[in-house]
Amino acid sequence: MKPFTYERAKTPAEAAAAVARTPGAKFIAGGTNLLDLMKLEIETPTHLVDIQDLKLDRIEPTSGGGLRIGAFATNTATASDPRVRRDYGVLTRAIVAGASGQLRNKATTAGNLLQRTRCPYFYDPNMPCNKRKPGSGCSALGGYSRQLGIVGTSDACIATYPGDMAQAMRVLDASVETVDPQGQTRSIPIGDFHRLWGDTPHIETNLRRGELITGVTLPRPLGGQHFYQKVRDRASYAYALVSVAAVIQPDGSGRFAVGGIAPKPWRVAAADAAMPQGAKAAAAALLAGARPTEDNRFKVPLVERTLAAVMAEAKAA
Amino acid sequence: MKFDTPAGINPIDRERVIGRPHPRIEGPLKTTGRAVYSYEQHDAAPDAAYGYVVGSAVAKGRIARMDTSAAEGAPGVLAVVTAANTSPVKASGFYKAKPLAGPDIQHYHQAIALVVAETFEQARAAAQLLRVDYSRVDGAFDLTAARAGASRPKDKPDIRIGDVDKALATAAVTVDSTYTTPDHSHMMMEPHATIARWDGDQLTLWSAQQIVGWAVRDLSGKIGVPPEKIRIVASYIGGGFGGKGSVNSDAVLAALGARKANRAVKVALTRPLMPNNTTHRPATIQRVRLGAGRDGRLTAIAHESWSGNVPGGMAEAAADQTEMLYAGANRLIATRLATLDLPEGSAMRAPGEASGMMAIEIAMDELAEKLGMDPVELRIRNDMQVVPADPGRGGTDPQGGTSQADKSAGPKPFSTRQLVQCLRTGADRFGWSKRSGVPAARREGNLLIGMGMASAIRGAPIQAAGARATLRTDGLVSIETSMTDMGTGSYTIVGQTAAEMMGLPLDRVVVRLGDSQFPDSFGGGGQAGAATVTAGVYAACVKLREAVASRLGVNSADAEFTDGEVRSGNRRVPLKDAVKAGPITVEDRIEFGDLSKRFEQQTFGAHFAEVAVDAYTGEIRLRRMLAVCAAGRILNPLTARSQIIGGMTMGAGAALMEELAVDKRFGFFVNHDLAGYEVPVHADIPHQEVIFLDELDPTMSPLKAKGVGELGISGVAPAIANAVYNATGVRVRDYPITLDKHLTRLPALT
Repeated sequence: MKPFTYERAKTPAEAAAAVARTPGAKFIAGGTNLLDLMKLEIETPTHLVDIQDLKLDRIEPTSGGGLRIGAFATNTATASDPRVRRDYGVLTRAIVAGASGQLRNKATTAGNLLQRTRCPYFYDPNMPCNKRKPGSGCSALGGYSRQLGIVGTSDACIATYPGDMAQAMRVLDASVETVDPQGQTRSIPIGDFHRLWGDTPHIETNLRRGELITGVTLPRPLGGQHFYQKVRDRASYAYALVSVAAVIQPDGSGRFAVGGIAPKPWRVAAADAAMPQGAKAAAAALLAGARPTEDNRFKVPLVERTLAAVMAEAKAA
Repeated sequence: MKFDTPAGINPIDRERVIGRPHPRIEGPLKTTGRAVYSYEQHDAAPDAAYGYVVGSAVAKGRIARMDTSAAEGAPGVLAVVTAANTSPVKASGFYKAKPLAGPDIQHYHQAIALVVAETFEQARAAAQLLRVDYSRVDGAFDLTAARAGASRPKDKPDIRIGDVDKALATAAVTVDSTYTTPDHSHMMMEPHATIARWDGDQLTLWSAQQIVGWAVRDLSGKIGVPPEKIRIVASYIGGGFGGKGSVNSDAVLAALGARKANRAVKVALTRPLMPNNTTHRPATIQRVRLGAGRDGRLTAIAHESWSGNVPGGMAEAAADQTEMLYAGANRLIATRLATLDLPEGSAMRAPGEASGMMAIEIAMDELAEKLGMDPVELRIRNDMQVVPADPGRGGTDPQGGTSQADKSAGPKPFSTRQLVQCLRTGADRFGWSKRSGVPAARREGNLLIGMGMASAIRGAPIQAAGARATLRTDGLVSIETSMTDMGTGSYTIVGQTAAEMMGLPLDRVVVRLGDSQFPDSFGGGGQAGAATVTAGVYAACVKLREAVASRLGVNSADAEFTDGEVRSGNRRVPLKDAVKAGPITVEDRIEFGDLSKRFEQQTFGAHFAEVAVDAYTGEIRLRRMLAVCAAGRILNPLTARSQIIGGMTMGAGAALMEELAVDKRFGFFVNHDLAGYEVPVHADIPHQEVIFLDELDPTMSPLKAKGVGELGISGVAPAIANAVYNATGVRVRDYPITLDKHLTRLPALT
């Protein structure tokens, strides 16, 4: 870990300005991912701007009938909020399927959106990795890639976005609220928040320099049945091989996003539209253009089968 | 004390303290944070500097150039130890790979430097400033590819009895299957950790070591310090599983770093360094061929195993237990070893049996199915009470490569063998009769339910052992011996042994373990520790009883030590009266004769498992587990049960998730942390039941006891594998059994 300086900002705009004016500065919220990466010198911030004093931990209704979840709300607080549990069950289910109780007590909304991939080659500084060291190559291609992506990946990077919470937010059509160093706010649809790797896998989101996430807004509740089914090798405390976040209406229509397979929560409009035709058609639409490796080819049928399980459960209820 | 005839009745048989489920006597120290582990010896080394181990970035090659100047100039740095600036470090002892590389690199993450600084953070930051140029060369990283070039280890002659090929050709039913097991990491909670301090030419290490005697011997050999100048203390150890069998880079580099920095130095390996820097259970390829008549009796049993290792490293003896497991007139046991440039493979919980049973016990399940016979019944039908022809022993020429049965030796009996009783008890208690013999026949909603079982066998080694016993003036008995406690319960069973012998309650015994200056009693490894140390403590206590009797003027032969008194005829004297004139300290050592050669000493068991497989996703979850064990006298049913359920949990990991993934291009284990290398979590482990059968083995020791720490894992993984097959009808022969290996072959969704 490299020595770094640290400050606790007083307002969101101040925090944004502090990061913008200090080369190598980063925000820190719960730190559950950032500190691990700093110990390995995968992240080497020179300065950390702590957002804990910004009062961004609130969960409150919006005037439009939705819910705004603060950037600093812990995963535990969000998952256990009665309004989230009642109206946005898919979000609670996704959050509690991730990490451990201890980590969820510390992890935050904003940090979870920004958590970095779990590709083992990214985590080993001795290995080539375009995400960690642009231009050095991708050692996961042709290597151990069982956990890695099958769709939306590139020749430069086959890593996945590893989180659970964002899969549910994608299904809910959430928006990421931000403030920039000038105090300007904007709202980014979550589908536009994470980027595909392309030739620049080290650039993971469309946030600008210094732009601070202040919260995530959920639109009015969708109704329907909410599901988050996470498939993994052990029963808890593991990243998803495949996960399906879904909201299914009584008439069989619905929407779903899939985790564990792509650089971002993977949702395709044509796949949503195909849900009434069944899991096979919907999964095929979702995975159009998929490029699995030999190691992770099983994720293709696994997506379809997991979606089928969710749809069968919806039908049975 | 010489132990060369089977034990008769002795004070242990009273079982007033021994054999009872006492909680760990050091438990309160651990739950309140007062048990001081190696890295936290603040009193012994209050000013210790911090060492950070730097691992090689390449698997094979040479360090062409290393520039340490930036690291040496970094804030707080006291020293940088490399092969270029320290005395030569030799490959010597139990672990064969060198603990400090340079200029040659033997494996990925082999230590190339230790950075010593005032704080841990300074040492870690400075470690990143080392500039190293490597010349990397290609290596052999793929066991499958290296298999063809494997050879027979010199110390492992093939065991050939009869004519396996001929018997297979004429057998009514045969199985010929190949199984693979991956590399496994010990992943004990406490990392390898050491504090080293020099006082003149005297070196003291507080180090997480399972066997302090081996640690002294091997550290001496590696850094050239005479063994009498080395003291190693391992009071508490946070798990080892064979991974702390002798000194690793933490211990060696702490010693060298402390010398160079002229300060006590503490070193703990970071988690991401552990799988590649230290040892692991090596991967195997195993071919099992079985031939049987329609009655299920084996006519041929052939088990061949291939593994790889660094030059000089051991072969994984995965076929060995098959010699002792089932009857069959025609037999082949063969072990082959290839050279690989991966990190060193070595001992991990039940080396040999853990991997070997994963193959032979699936093969038996396959045979049972072909025969249309119940798998429990098939095993019972192939039980045996003597070692088959006892070949490969005694007069065998180890260079000859092939042993022939020594017909004159006569059959060698097992000292105890309750395999059949374990199988029958387990089947009864588990509700085995409810299992469908037809796979994929039982469903509960979306779940496919199956049951499986396997036998368990694990050798029962015992070593010479010494102990020091003192009757103190306050009436307490104190025991000192070098045995260690990895979290297994050693403190408690040592205390129970002394309490039983001296007629005291357990809280009147003080136990001190894990110091190389105490009388030697081997340590924790090979499930030898419990039987070994209690035998040594028994010997010391016999001597202490004699000394007490002598002081009190009673005949030690008929003296009874009970309830804090010494009773002889009509006399009843408080034990404490013997130390009115001062404490009594004695020391003795138990040595073993040839009973282990006259009797085959093994532990036996049976494992049963029930699994549920998600018909959609293929996910496998355990629902129930049962182990039935026969392992001599169970010294403490509570700590023994903990050993068994720990083994069952580790076996569940081997069955379903544990695998060090090899990158065959770069030559390393890729998933080298606890996020990537999955071990079972609580949610993976269902209700576990353990039954110990009554057993005494008088050929073992005066305690008539054997260890259980490795029996618990033997047979667990194949029992689960067989349950998965029973649930799905899809046979997976490559561990771990993950959902991708059967997903598209599962029964059709209804």
